[in-house]
Amino acid sequence: MLTIAGRTFGSRLFGGTGKFASPAVMREALAASGSEMVTVALRRVDLADPADDIMQVLDRDRYLLLPNTSGARDAREAIRLAHLARAAGNTEWLKLEVTPDPRTLLPDPVETLAATEILVKEGFIVLPYMNADPILALRLQDAGAAAVMPLGAPIGTNQGIVTGFQVRIIIDQARVPVVVDAGLGAPSHAALAMEMGADAVLVNTAIAVAGDPVRMARAFAKAVEAGREAYEAGLGEARTEAEPSSPRTGLDFLR
Amino acid sequence: MKITCNGEERVMAPGSTVIDLLRMLALDPEVVVVECDGAILKRPEYDSHLLTDGAVLELIRFVGGG
Amino acid sequence: MFDTPDFDTLAGEVAVATAHDVERALKCPRLGRRELAALLSPAAEPFLEAMAARSAALTSQRFGRVIQLYAPLYVSNLCANRCVYCGFSAENRIERRVLSLAEAEAEAMLLHRRGFNHLLLVSGEAPGVVGVEYLEALALRLRDRFAAISIEVQPLSTADYARLFHAGITGVAVYQETYNREVYRQMHLAGPKRDYDFRLATPARGAEAGLREVGIGFLLGLSDWRAEGLAVGLHLAWLRKAFWRTALTVSFPRMRPASGDFEPPRAVGERELSQLLFALRIFDPDVGLLLSTREDPRYRDGMLGLGPTRYSAGSCTAPGGYAEPDAAGEQFSVGDHRSIDEVSAAIRAKGLDPVRKDWDAVFQQDEAA
Repeated sequence: MLTIAGRTFGSRLFGGTGKFASPAVMREALAASGSEMVTVALRRVDLADPADDIMQVLDRDRYLLLPNTSGARDAREAIRLAHLARAAGNTEWLKLEVTPDPRTLLPDPVETLAATEILVKEGFIVLPYMNADPILALRLQDAGAAAVMPLGAPIGTNQGIVTGFQVRIIIDQARVPVVVDAGLGAPSHAALAMEMGADAVLVNTAIAVAGDPVRMARAFAKAVEAGREAYEAGLGEARTEAEPSSPRTGLDFLR
Repeated sequence: MKITCNGEERVMAPGSTVIDLLRMLALDPEVVVVECDGAILKRPEYDSHLLTDGAVLELIRFVGGG
Repeated sequence: MFDTPDFDTLAGEVAVATAHDVERALKCPRLGRRELAALLSPAAEPFLEAMAARSAALTSQRFGRVIQLYAPLYVSNLCANRCVYCGFSAENRIERRVLSLAEAEAEAMLLHRRGFNHLLLVSGEAPGVVGVEYLEALALRLRDRFAAISIEVQPLSTADYARLFHAGITGVAVYQETYNREVYRQMHLAGPKRDYDFRLATPARGAEAGLREVGIGFLLGLSDWRAEGLAVGLHLAWLRKAFWRTALTVSFPRMRPASGDFEPPRAVGERELSQLLFALRIFDPDVGLLLSTREDPRYRDGMLGLGPTRYSAGSCTAPGGYAEPDAAGEQFSVGDHRSIDEVSAAIRAKGLDPVRKDWDAVFQQDEAA
């Protein structure tokens, strides 16, 4: 069972609520995904359309809300958004995102670490979105992050896990759960992350923009379960060359 | 009196509170965060917090996001 | 904090491993507790060649074709403990000696002239004579001339380790001797060392204090080496997660005849020592593995390139023994009497490079210095 900050999750697939064609599709897709934690963003109320309220379609008994700080370009902006998120959702949970580059939306490691240090002291349960940098993961963990969320590939690219080498190191070293976030474009990508030993994955775009988001959510749920099962069962290593069955290293010196 | 709400100027009757504004906009106070002149208000304060002339308010809520 | 799992449970985990488990562990990219248990098990004995090959490949890949060299410097053989197996044990009638700071420095400089840049300061447990003040003063005398200075003395507090780090001590080695609590109690009859848990938490205190390197291990011969190997592997894995900035090493002190005529109750053979070493290398490709002069030249030369990363050489285990080769009161008798040059030649003959330093303490920047 996955535990983050003392809370257990039955599903290792976390969902997002962005980019869906309609609230109804989103609600059905999230239900099909089996997710127990979903991300939400914060925006000004559109006064031209005050009835457009996502909270009317999200059952908070079923989903733990994970507000994000999307749009923040530095630590100060992220902290302001965090305070608003806490007030809006009455929750300490926070997906910390600091993305100063609008082109790639890659996270700023320096600002993310600075914001994590402050927000943890303020009592937030901080899950930072980060580039797949193993030392940064350790520094965030030392700063009190409840989990780390390395990206598989830049957000929205559907490239899968192009950071696999670093993600493996992060998984090996981390004391906190590792949630692979961003870039997972297909269920096979999510399965690979889980086979590598990731504790969970977060998928939004790939489900939201699928031809049939509900079926795609179900496919991701199966992939995450299969990947986790394979990890726990113990995978054999793929080898590029055959190994001689009786290698000769010369242990003749032994008595 | 005039206030600025989410970047738009609005005229409110003197003595109006935050909850009056939310009702006028048909917003559920349970899901909207109100930032008044840079400070986040607590929900129980919505009923009593008087709007003053020139106040700058931000009304914020959750939207879809990943 | 790390706590040793029940020793019988560990022994049981090793005992149930099958040949199939061993084959699986040998192919596994990242080993866990179960895989380490398999490699330590009797079922792994027929796979010793394959384990050696994997260990050699991992070692070469991670550390390159090099062997680091170090020398122990015994500064005192006074000891407040009565440990059944140790030549320094308080009740043993041996010549006791504490080197003055000047004598210790002279010994160190003699080793320096012989080409050593890595020093291990060793003493019995006698905090009254070789306490933190003594070690700090000695470190300050030596720090500019050695690349690394480790200590193997009584367990200290985190504050004391931090103080020594600022004085130039770079590492600490503290062996649990045995992870079997019952045997630990039987072996340590009197003295502060009777406190198993304080000793077990010592590596963590050294790492917390900022020391660059922490060494752990157990004395081969006191208890079931397979379960001990699993315990030391779990301790290692715990330290790695808790203190990611700290380099970790494991030593394999195998019981040799010592003053006091102690017969190791669970003597460990060469093949078994090799299996233990290979298993830990495969379990943790990054760990430094030390093979001391307790072992004889044939074994040490044979193991070159197969897993160990650090060798002592030209060692003397009696205080003052480098200046006066006849000095009495040794901790254990050495199995490899060759000089550093002879050991270096043997290392080169295997196509490896003997390295005498890999870091210069002069680069260290202290916040509180």
